[in-house]
This record gives sequence, structure tokens and C-alpha cells, in this order.
Amino acid sequence: MNDTAMYTPQISFEPLASASLRRRLLLPVGAVAMSLVLCSGLVMLAGTNPLNAYLIMFKAALGGKVQLTETLAKSAPMMLTGLAALVAFRARFWNIGGEGQLLAGAMLAAYVGGLSTLPAWSLIPLMVIGGFVAGGLLAIVPALLKTTFKVDDVVATLMLNFIVFFAMTALLSGPWKDSTTGWPDSPDIRSAAEFPVLLRATRLHLGVLIAVIAVAVVWLVLKRSTLGFSIDAVGANARAAHHGGMNVTRVIVTAAAISGGLAGLAGVGEVGGIHYQVMASISPGYGFSGLVVAMLARLEPVGVIPAAIFLAAITAGADEMSRQTGVPVYLADVIQGVALLSMLVALLFLDRRLRIHWRSAESKVSLP
Amino acid sequence: MNVLDQVLQVGFFAAAIRLAVPLLLGTLGELFAQRSGVINLGIEGIMLLCAMVAFTVAYFGQSLWLGVLAGGVAGLLCGLLMALLCVTLKLDQTVAGIGVTLTATGLTYFAYRLIFGNVVTPPAIVPFSTLPVPGLASIPFFGTVLFNQFALSYVAILLVPAAVWFLMRTPAGLALRTAGENPYAAAAAGVDVDWTRTRALMISGVLTGLAGAYLNLAAFSSFSFGIVSGRGWICLALVVLGRWNPWSSAAAALLFGAVDALQLRLQTSGAINVPYPLLLMLPYVATLLAMTLSARGAHAPAALMQPFRREAR
Repeated sequence: MNDTAMYTPQISFEPLASASLRRRLLLPVGAVAMSLVLCSGLVMLAGTNPLNAYLIMFKAALGGKVQLTETLAKSAPMMLTGLAALVAFRARFWNIGGEGQLLAGAMLAAYVGGLSTLPAWSLIPLMVIGGFVAGGLLAIVPALLKTTFKVDDVVATLMLNFIVFFAMTALLSGPWKDSTTGWPDSPDIRSAAEFPVLLRATRLHLGVLIAVIAVAVVWLVLKRSTLGFSIDAVGANARAAHHGGMNVTRVIVTAAAISGGLAGLAGVGEVGGIHYQVMASISPGYGFSGLVVAMLARLEPVGVIPAAIFLAAITAGADEMSRQTGVPVYLADVIQGVALLSMLVALLFLDRRLRIHWRSAESKVSLP
Repeated sequence: MNVLDQVLQVGFFAAAIRLAVPLLLGTLGELFAQRSGVINLGIEGIMLLCAMVAFTVAYFGQSLWLGVLAGGVAGLLCGLLMALLCVTLKLDQTVAGIGVTLTATGLTYFAYRLIFGNVVTPPAIVPFSTLPVPGLASIPFFGTVLFNQFALSYVAILLVPAAVWFLMRTPAGLALRTAGENPYAAAAAGVDVDWTRTRALMISGVLTGLAGAYLNLAAFSSFSFGIVSGRGWICLALVVLGRWNPWSSAAAALLFGAVDALQLRLQTSGAINVPYPLLLMLPYVATLLAMTLSARGAHAPAALMQPFRREAR
């Protein structure tokens, strides 16, 4: 026998007593760093130094007042769709329909915001409430289909994304078509319906504040209310929750409604604070970014804020990086996907660590 | 011309089969994965990535079959990635699958833009032409509908009995099904559950890759970001609709090919006065409706989405 065969590595997962705060904070950072490292291969394929590309990216996203506020404005819909995914996932209702719910909220906001019959002061509150209701109602549909007909929630919410998108295109190419230009975009909302900006000469609008308030409210609901407890109980074990006397259907439908409502608010913010109208390209996949945000936040409401800002920085910075270096702007999409997968892998290490023992082959033999 | 006239034409049935083939391939792939106990939610992204790879290789390699091969190989690699995440690392199958779809979609956009640049008119290939089966193609009606299809379509159709034979008549098929129903019993009988599931995901990946290749080498002649547009997700529903059985799933795929063909016919003929986006919506509405009507009695493989942990029993 040769010497190298004497020692064999034994890899094992050792459980830790608890997930330390340091681990909980470092894991998402590690996952994000990992995604940037993995994607640097693509940047090199495109013939650019990855460090240089990432530097341009983050400078364009964070390096100045205008850039920073633009990134924050972009993070608002991601915070809201992130919260939407988080609330649903905690109840193990797989709401992948954030995109459709966002569009529903946006359409309702564009409709209400354009109504000339309403008093000016009521426009913004009605847009916000209406957008929440529209998104919530849309999410209740797959929740009821799941609880009454056992329809798979993933497929149902995905189908509704397409259905709502085509309903919107029908509106945009029909009743909402711009009669003067012929463009498929809805009429502008009234100026009284435009969200006020929080900081002069920027696009840091009311929607960002709404998103942050939503984080606080969701935190309160999940951590300090019976509903939050029920949501977690149903998510942990629906059967046990049922035997414990909870109305599982009601909990899932309520979680879905809140989830859809939050995604709807994301659409309201885009109409009220950025575009002032609806067009087919109003959401560059914010619904799907929300899934990544929720996972990076480890389904914790407060974590949604840094996670959304990170993803917003990448999407906001990718344009400038692409202009300067020629690396395709879609690098941002790859980073999002890889970050989600990295986070999922990183979660394995939340309360475990990898241990490699070098065990001698002889010691095995000598056992009785 | 009314709606019925549109449907009762040879061309409609031929188109229904043509549009059913990618659904058929994807559904068979998804069925293999799910019967082994793993849901492949990466299917949408994998199909898109493989369509782009197949197109690119066919474009530069000047060979359509080389493109098909590349699509299959890309699918195989994606299947291995799914297996690494869902079988080896035992991650949550829903989130991992969505992560694979997001990553594959991003990669597709990135690679296409990198290779072809930001072009106004997308580059095109000369797609497959139909391959009439000698003799049979001249049978009235059936000849045109069934025996004047693409070579890949015949492969896809023959894969249905092949899948039934493999799943129901071979030891490997039995092992695969047991891994999806009761992995602990399978393990007790000496089956390597994780390896069985990995192989199922490899098959799933290849079939999804062929679906992508078909889309971009037979159905369409150039690549677009929306070339798959939910077909992968629809395959997930078709597996449920077909009760995890290859024959019924194939029938479900045919039905949805017909829905797609109908939608296209109505769009181009203007037979009914409906805005075109509402026609485009039709397949997705039909999917949701079919799921609602059929999901209640459906029994998924008992161990679907449950990772196999040897020590956990």
C-alpha cells in the first residue's frame, strides 16, 4: 500500500448549537460576493477586467447623490416585491406571481390617477389603497385554487403573470392607446396624482417611503401579531397548524392577499413616482427580483432593505457598465440568478459547518 | 369564415402537431424528473438556454443537426446542475428550480447579446423542412397531418412509447418510479436513490434541450427572447393534467398544441373580432382552467419534492 492511501479525508457536516448573529449576517454577504466572483468569468469572456467592470457598476449606482437616489428609487419596487415573496413563502404559498400583481397595481393606479372626477387630494391615497387591493385580489385567486382545488400554486401564479400581461397589452393597444401618437402607453395620470419627491431635484419619491413603511408594518405583523404567528405555523407544518385549531385556508388566503397587495404597491410606486403612465415595459422583472430579494433577506423583513438596494445597484449600474465596457447589460440578470442559487447553498451553512478529518487508514483497521 | 371552418382543416391539425412537439418533449422531460421525485422548475430557463445554444451552433456550424446535438448537450449539463442542487445538496426544489430558470434566462440574454451584438434584424438560419414519410405521406388527411412533419417530430412521438416502455417495463424504470414514490423502500431494495434521481434529471435536461432546439431550428428561424414564453411552465401543468403518465401527458400536449394552433389561426384569419393580445392569452387561460378542473383527483408521486436523506428515516 502506498503512503497517500493511508489518509483519507472524511468530510462531514457538523451541526452548530445555534445560528450565530455573525453567521446570519455574513451568509448573505458571502453569497453576494460569491455571485460576483462566479459572474466575473462572464465579464472576462466579454473581454473586460471584472474588477474594472464592477467598479464602474457600483460607482454608477452609488457614487453620487443623483446615482444614489436613482438606485434607492429603483430599490423601492424590489423591496415591495421582496416583501411580497417573503410573506407568501413564510406560509409556504409559492407566489411566483409578483410580476402580474405588480402590473395589476400599476394598471389600477394609472386608472385612478387619471380620473378627473375625483378630488385632487384623494388621488394618491386611492391609488395606494386601490393598487394594494388589486394586487391582493389577484393573488387570492391562486390561493383559493390551491386550497379548494389543490392547483399547484407555482404554475397558477406563473400563468396569471402571462394572463395579466396580455390583458394589459390588450388595454394598451385598445382603449388606452395614445390617440395622438399611437404609442401603446396609457394616458398620463393627473399632476395631483404624481408622487411628491422626498429630496429636491431627484426621483426619490414617496414610493420609497411607502416601501420602507411597508417593511416596518410587515415586521410588526410577522413578529408581533397572531396572524404572523399563524403564517409561520402554517409554513412550518400546515397539518399540525390545522390540528392545533388554525384555519389553514384562511391563513394562506390572508398571506396571499397581503403578498399580492405588497406587489401591487410596487406597481403603484412605478406609476405614481416614475412613469406617470403604464406601458408594456413598466416592470423589468421586478416580480422575479423580489424572489431573489426575499431569499437574500432569509425571509426576514428587515433584510429586504439591504438586499433590494444591492439588486437595485446592480441593475442601475449595469447600464453604465455596458455603455463603457461593452459587457452586455444582461450581466445584471445573471448575477441575480446566481445570487439566489449561492444564497440557497450558503443557507446550508447557517447552523452547520464543514469539517474535514484526515483519518488514518490504519486506525480503521485496528478497530475490533 | 367562422371559427369552425378554421378548425376543420388539414392545415390546422398539422399545425397543432407542429406546435405540440416542444410541449411533448418538455412534458416528457418533466415527467421523468417528477416520477423520480424531483420537480424540475428550471425547465423554462433550460428550454430557453438550449434554444439559443442550438440556434447559435447551427448558425455558425452550418448544420442543423449539430445544433440539435448542442441543444441536447446543453440540456444535459443543465440537468446535472439541477441534480447538483436538488439531489446532491438537497436544496429546496422550488427555489432552486426558479434560481436555475433565472440564471439560465440571464445567461441566454447575455450570451446572445455578446455573440450577435445589438442587431436590428435578428440573424436567421434556414430551419428544418418537413420530412414526408415515403408512402405514408400520400394518405389523404392523415398523411399530411401525421407523416409530413419534421424529423425531430417523429423522434418526439416515438419517444412516448419508448418512455412508457422504459418506465413500466425495465428495472431502471421501476427503480426511477420507486425513488419517486418511496425512496426508503427503493434504498432498502438496493437502489441508489440519489444516482437514480440524477439520471432522471439528466434525461429531463436532454429532453428539455431538444424541445428548445426544436423551437429554434424547426418552428422558428431566428432567436428571440420570447421564443419560449411560458412553454416550459405549461409543461409543468401538462404533467399534472396527464396524471404523470406518458400517454396521457402526450395527449395533453397535443391538446395544447391545438389550442396554440387555434390561437394563431384566429389571429391571422381575423375570423373573430378579438384584440390579438387576448388570443395570445388563450394558452395560459386554458392551462389554468385545465389545472383547476384536473388537479383535485391528481396524485403526484408520493415523494415529489422530498429530498432523500438516508439517515432521516
